[in-house]
Amino acid sequence: MVERQSPLEPEFHVGSHGNFEHGVDILLTETRPGSIVQLAAWPGEEKRLIAAIRSVTGLALPDGAGGGVNDGVKSVFGFAPGKFTAADDAEGLAAAFAKAVTPEIGTVTDLSHGRTAIRIAGPKAEWVLAKFFAIDFALPAFPVGAGRSTAHHDVFAQIQRTGADQFDIYVFRSFARSFWKALCHASEEVGYEVQ
Amino acid sequence: MLITCPYCGPRGVIEFTYQGDGNRERPDPASQNFEAWNAYVYDRLNPAGDHNEIWQHSGGCRAHLRVVRNTLTHEISSVAFVRGDHGSAARRKAEDKA
Repeated sequence: MVERQSPLEPEFHVGSHGNFEHGVDILLTETRPGSIVQLAAWPGEEKRLIAAIRSVTGLALPDGAGGGVNDGVKSVFGFAPGKFTAADDAEGLAAAFAKAVTPEIGTVTDLSHGRTAIRIAGPKAEWVLAKFFAIDFALPAFPVGAGRSTAHHDVFAQIQRTGADQFDIYVFRSFARSFWKALCHASEEVGYEVQ
Repeated sequence: MLITCPYCGPRGVIEFTYQGDGNRERPDPASQNFEAWNAYVYDRLNPAGDHNEIWQHSGGCRAHLRVVRNTLTHEISSVAFVRGDHGSAARRKAEDKA
């Protein structure tokens, strides 16, 4: 199989960086999911789309806007009314959804090559992200699994909390390297490690 | 200025795009009533006070919103989806604010 190239590669330097003498407080990685898919329901078809997501991924979306769930391999979250992002470590998610999401229910858009998924983890993850995005990253306001759509300097970002101190950020592939560099700069003060 | 998006919660105005006066009523596209078209294109209330506006949460969920904004104080007194059928998606209930 052809190996997909990472847009981060020229700026992806494995190792510890910044002010890490007193410990590394941030871990940065690229999760490289095999599939990233965007799903949208026609008006009134949201429940059927959620059922289709459950049948394809086995993940049951919690109620409420921005609700999401992550099982370590697959993840799904709402980012807009009737719209969801799903990702899977394996390829072929779009083809599976194309069978389950009929034209009566909604649309399936394969973004596997259009988005780059960056994971930021560690005790200072909330602190570093709060420098980028004017949203509340505290755990009660942003529960594990939930998704948020926002923007940093006009670079759209979809953020899913995949752990108490871990976030997956989906950004446009074309902006990913610039965003990655900014994330590295912002993490310097607390010490970060790229894995 | 903060706008509380019914889907995303309170966000800075930088994430939103103004889409114009919310009081306009577009005439039937086949209409040749020039006065109605003139009113649609040019006539604005320009109130000093509460104003019905359309905003898009372009830097977030991208939904279009009906916003009532006070033009004197920038106070936002109501925000709702333009499309009524988004209603079930509205969130930001007590558990999210806790």
